[in-house]
Amino acid sequence: MALSRREFLKYLSASAGASALAGCESTGSRGSALQDAPAGAARVVVVGGGFGGGTAAKYIKMWAPDIDVVLVERNAQFISCPVSNLVLGGNTTMQEITMGYEGLSARGVRMVRDDAVAIDPDKRQVRLARGAPLPYDRVIVAPGVDFIYDQIPGWRTADAQARILHAWKAGEQTVALRRQLEAMPDGGVYVLQIPTAPYRCPPGPYERVCQVADYFKRSKPRSKILVLDDNPDIVSKKSLFIAAWDGMYKGMIEYRPNSELADVDVRGMTVKLQFDDVKGDVINIIPPHRAGDIAQKTGLITANQRWCGVDWLTAESVAVKGVHVVGDSTLSASAMPKSASMANQHGKICAAGVIALIKGEPVNQNPVIMNTCYSFVSGNSGMHVTSIHAYDAKEKTLLPVKGSGGVSDKASEVEGAYAWGWARNIWADSLA
Amino acid sequence: MKHIITQASALAVVCAFLHTGSAIAQDPNAGRNLAANCFTCHGTGGNSVGGVPPSLAGRGSAELFQTMKDFQTGKRPATIMHQQAKGYTDEQLQAISAYLSQLKPAAPRVPSKASY
Repeated sequence: MALSRREFLKYLSASAGASALAGCESTGSRGSALQDAPAGAARVVVVGGGFGGGTAAKYIKMWAPDIDVVLVERNAQFISCPVSNLVLGGNTTMQEITMGYEGLSARGVRMVRDDAVAIDPDKRQVRLARGAPLPYDRVIVAPGVDFIYDQIPGWRTADAQARILHAWKAGEQTVALRRQLEAMPDGGVYVLQIPTAPYRCPPGPYERVCQVADYFKRSKPRSKILVLDDNPDIVSKKSLFIAAWDGMYKGMIEYRPNSELADVDVRGMTVKLQFDDVKGDVINIIPPHRAGDIAQKTGLITANQRWCGVDWLTAESVAVKGVHVVGDSTLSASAMPKSASMANQHGKICAAGVIALIKGEPVNQNPVIMNTCYSFVSGNSGMHVTSIHAYDAKEKTLLPVKGSGGVSDKASEVEGAYAWGWARNIWADSLA
Repeated sequence: MKHIITQASALAVVCAFLHTGSAIAQDPNAGRNLAANCFTCHGTGGNSVGGVPPSLAGRGSAELFQTMKDFQTGKRPATIMHQQAKGYTDEQLQAISAYLSQLKPAAPRVPSKASY
């Protein structure tokens, strides 16, 4: 028989040994996470402190302070993917996009810095690399994406991956790619290869092209950018990106659709396509993605061996009960991008759902969520894409609301200012 | 005068919904859940970091509702809000406006600084 922690404590409280054992837990050496655990409180463990996990943890604590919320995160700091392309363009710094988790602690979320290595849905435990296992009543898995390297033979080794970067998780690779761009001689070629959608941040690769172009225009005006897109066309904000490429960056960018990656030759700095070889001075490949490792290990992946199907009323996994999934790891509903904004809003659906399920209250049958993504086409000019997704009871999924959403008329400095406001607010909404 | 009419029409909408017995009317958390959509850009609890987009906490319910209606019709120009307002029904906008009007303006919490 598998007992959840709460059931276990309920069972214990009926016996004489309860207080002694509870005392053991709070003073023992099982790690700081358990030390001030409120006895008898339901516990939610969140795995991953990004936009999805951070928001879910915070909103559960805000809306139901009696629930014990533990957030497991392997990194000491949060580094934002949104805005990180501006670091490549020399238009902001890593400092600006790096922040701490103290804001979540101040909300009452108990932070555990560790690696979640496995989830045992029968025992209802999250196993950690260093600390003692964390029992849960419900667990929220928000690991983001991991990359699929095995389809690209020349890119399998650590050496090759250190030479040809993805910079698609903000951090060391962002800094390293910026250094490669700085070291490139004027007149060189930067090659960006984009995987088939869906991938994290649909407009992101095209924003990156703008940012690198902005840097080249300023510092290396004879340099060129070659975009090798596995997709048949620009995936997001097409006319707005084309306007920037044909306008302020005219003559700098060559775009090649349907450019399927076959292999890379790291020593020869060559990208091998199905029918062509392309040389570059800096090669940047965004690998295909799948749900993060912990989702894969837990058996949460249900679609194309990549993504986790969820019930969009609560973000509960369709494969494993008691386990919820939010953010980029989910199998996106129709026209739903993998974005920070969506992950933040998944976190809110999930928080409301988890609270209702724990308390035995009715689950919201009409969730509505909204996506808002800004991209910078230069150091200060921005543009957006937005969409609203409402639950359809007949289709049992979130569907875009007809007649709503859209993109900017044109990129502008006004929207550049909104883009920074958006970033500061979503960081605060997810982390403080 | 215009303001009074606006408030009256918003009140009429509220009254209409009180009698519908719809899912939103019956869900005590409807306003909370829907208004949380706004907080991604306008700040948790409607208190914005840095001024743009603007704070929403504690504004009048009728004013908020009418503003969203004006975004829908295009009467009020916008970069993005006209596209977003069209994603919500009057009943949803009413629930959002009522919830936001009850929130207290406060200094926004911001993530802790960390050095890279």
